[in-house]
Amino acid sequence: MSGRVLVGVKRVIDYAVKIRVKPDNSSVVTDGVKHSMNPFCEIAVEEAVKLKEKKLIKEVVAVSCGPQQAQETIRTALAMGADRGIHVEVTGKDYETLGPLQVSKIMAALAKKEDAQLVILGKQAIDDDCNQTGQMTAALLDWPQGTFASEVSFDGDKIKVVREIDGGLETIKIKTPAVVTADLRLNTPRYATLPNIMKAKKKKIANVKPADLGVDLTSRLEVVRVDEPPQRQAGVKVETVDDLVGKLKEAGTV
Amino acid sequence: FYCCGWLINFYMSYVITFLSSLMFVLQAEVFPYPEIGNEEVEEINQLVAPVERFFTEEVDSAKIDREAKIPPETLNGLKELGLFGIMVPEEYGGLGLSNTMYARLAEIISLDGSIAVTLAAHQAIGLKGILIAGNEAQKQKYLPKLASGEHIAAFCLTEPGSGSDAASIQTRATLSEDGKQYLLSGSKIWISNGAIADVMTVFARTEVDVDGVKKDKISAFIVERAYGGITSGKAEDKLGIRGSNTCEVSFDNVPVPVENVIGEVGSGFKVAMNILNSGRFSMGSSSAGMIKKLIELTAEYAATRKQFNKSLSEFGMIQEKFAMMALNAFVMESMAYLTAGMMDRPGLPDCSLEAAMVKVFSSEGGWICVSEALQVLGGLGYTKDYPYERYVRDCRILPIFEGTNEILRMYIALTGMQYAGKALTGKIKEMKKGNIGMVFGVVGKKLKSSLGGSVDYGLTGKDGVVHPSLAESAKKFEQNVSHVGSTVESLLYRYGKTIVDEQLILKRVADVMINLYAMTAVLSRASRSISIGLRNHDHEVLLANTFCSDAFFKNNYLMTQLQKHSPENNDANIKKIAREVLENRAYICSHPLERTF
Repeated sequence: MSGRVLVGVKRVIDYAVKIRVKPDNSSVVTDGVKHSMNPFCEIAVEEAVKLKEKKLIKEVVAVSCGPQQAQETIRTALAMGADRGIHVEVTGKDYETLGPLQVSKIMAALAKKEDAQLVILGKQAIDDDCNQTGQMTAALLDWPQGTFASEVSFDGDKIKVVREIDGGLETIKIKTPAVVTADLRLNTPRYATLPNIMKAKKKKIANVKPADLGVDLTSRLEVVRVDEPPQRQAGVKVETVDDLVGKLKEAGTV
Repeated sequence: FYCCGWLINFYMSYVITFLSSLMFVLQAEVFPYPEIGNEEVEEINQLVAPVERFFTEEVDSAKIDREAKIPPETLNGLKELGLFGIMVPEEYGGLGLSNTMYARLAEIISLDGSIAVTLAAHQAIGLKGILIAGNEAQKQKYLPKLASGEHIAAFCLTEPGSGSDAASIQTRATLSEDGKQYLLSGSKIWISNGAIADVMTVFARTEVDVDGVKKDKISAFIVERAYGGITSGKAEDKLGIRGSNTCEVSFDNVPVPVENVIGEVGSGFKVAMNILNSGRFSMGSSSAGMIKKLIELTAEYAATRKQFNKSLSEFGMIQEKFAMMALNAFVMESMAYLTAGMMDRPGLPDCSLEAAMVKVFSSEGGWICVSEALQVLGGLGYTKDYPYERYVRDCRILPIFEGTNEILRMYIALTGMQYAGKALTGKIKEMKKGNIGMVFGVVGKKLKSSLGGSVDYGLTGKDGVVHPSLAESAKKFEQNVSHVGSTVESLLYRYGKTIVDEQLILKRVADVMINLYAMTAVLSRASRSISIGLRNHDHEVLLANTFCSDAFFKNNYLMTQLQKHSPENNDANIKKIAREVLENRAYICSHPLERTF
């Protein structure tokens, strides 16, 4: 086995920012807004780096798809301990319509090209909340998948994944090569310390175009309109339980 | 008239020397606004992100203030982030960042006053001596552990009897018989990191031989707590920056190896001044960072809080506060990064005058802004449930430490005037003899300039360095500069050397100079922003023009007060009042309710 792990990292609007919709309702405002690495991608990077520190794998490669600024996100992954980066350049209209289908095609192509043993992704991105890229990537590669992972360990030539599901925790064993998506409780990502950021400057980021990977970026989706969530209406206070039941009946919910 | 002509030229040449040194130096170094490369911008953004995150998520400022202590986990986090060796070169284990980058990080670190002062005491002054004046052996020995934070540094200059008057310190270091070590004895007070420092830069009097005569001169020493004989007093219970440790440090015959003298024996005072001068500029960016944060917090409140059926943000007096905060942040940023950019130029340029101006403006501007921010919140701002009162308490130290603003104003005024002063010194006695020709000379020159010979120093116009939308402000600036030239010259003529004792005069000169530097900084920065099309550059032009207009009128008023027999100048009365109060050490008026009959 190559001992190589591919980690996908996405540049998203920072979780603390107050999102505003553009006046033409076409999308959200991104200009001049603070961006950072998707929190679940951070957890994915942390897991990969941990595996390397335990000497269970040999190399961590961070991948990001997007315009020039995606390199900042890759640099953060390098500062956390990834060995090298791959920047898949996607700009303009292609970037606006870039979604899980396209990214999973890219990840699948890279996984084959880099002879990866494991692909770790965040379970979902906090901007589109799709929760699809990991699953699609595994399907395209015809690899097993361990999604919503809260624990990952190596068991011989297999990987044991504890998954967080609605009913509780499910433990599965999957063969490698495989795709794993990281859930919240998998680990606590380390801070990229300033000395590590300086060291990361020396690490390489390769530049690749989707065409080089033979990937077609055409989207099957069209965003028609973006709206803010409806304003929260004020509630009503009632005096007694009977009043409450009465009001619920009025609203037709009981 | 030949006599007058000569005298007119005589005066003109000195005024021109002063003005040209002000204008030419300013032009060549401050336009265009300092740029850093693309790579550096990316690097700064990379470095800023984790630090910002750490401060938002892991730093509990309220707890640090309440318990008057920075928790060890937080201190460790700061060490791991690399924040203890920001400017220490990489070869000694630091981050090797420039002054500009240091200023950028200071914007975030200032979110917690106690942490900011702890880190600054450690690296901006504590270990700075080794960095700028230490020899290779000292750097190799001490910098690596200081950069990683394994050792913490402190700067020990101030004593109970020597604060602003630093040259009067009494701590003494006597050379041992065998010439191998000094024995250091004395007491220092107000030492930041005093109780936790492992390595201290200590200043003491040493006996040196100057041409066969034994004299007392100050030397700088690297002193390790491990040498023994060092005791730290109890931590001071302070109004603000309560998490930063401040205490007395006493030295009782502490043996210090001769190899630990920083620089030459006897050069300690200069080392101390260089250290202090090099750290000051960052107060501009740290104050700006804090004000920017306060604007966000208070704007949220002003937009949502309603009274008389309107949100607070619709009322003029509230709006004024936000404009003031924005203007202050803009000016402080502009000055700080201009100064840092100049300091980063090769050749170690001396920017001590500019740094002092940044410090005075930022400390006082910061103090006013935090107070007004608290005012926006009204009663809520006054409670400990909100951070505003802590910001107010933390900010109060700014005009006091790193050189009191009173001392710095003296420095600014006297240094700024020294060009004209040097030239005029010898001639003052002659001038005061009352030679009629001299009077003609002065009158003649004043007539010439007041007849409206228009002032043009090349800032605007075809080959000007200032963008046309700032042309009016630039013209106001040029007018002020010309006016200050003649004002300074007439002051020197009037007072001669005794001007060093005229604090109220020097204060006004300093204020004008600070305003001028501030105007330069905003004109330069805004010009660049327009030229390269930065986002919201129109707002910058608005801020720059507003500030310059305001500063222009303030400067004119200050200079009016500096004219001979100016009716706007109440100094004589002020001094009289002060004298009568201080003689009696009390307010001396009879009580208004007293009777004499």
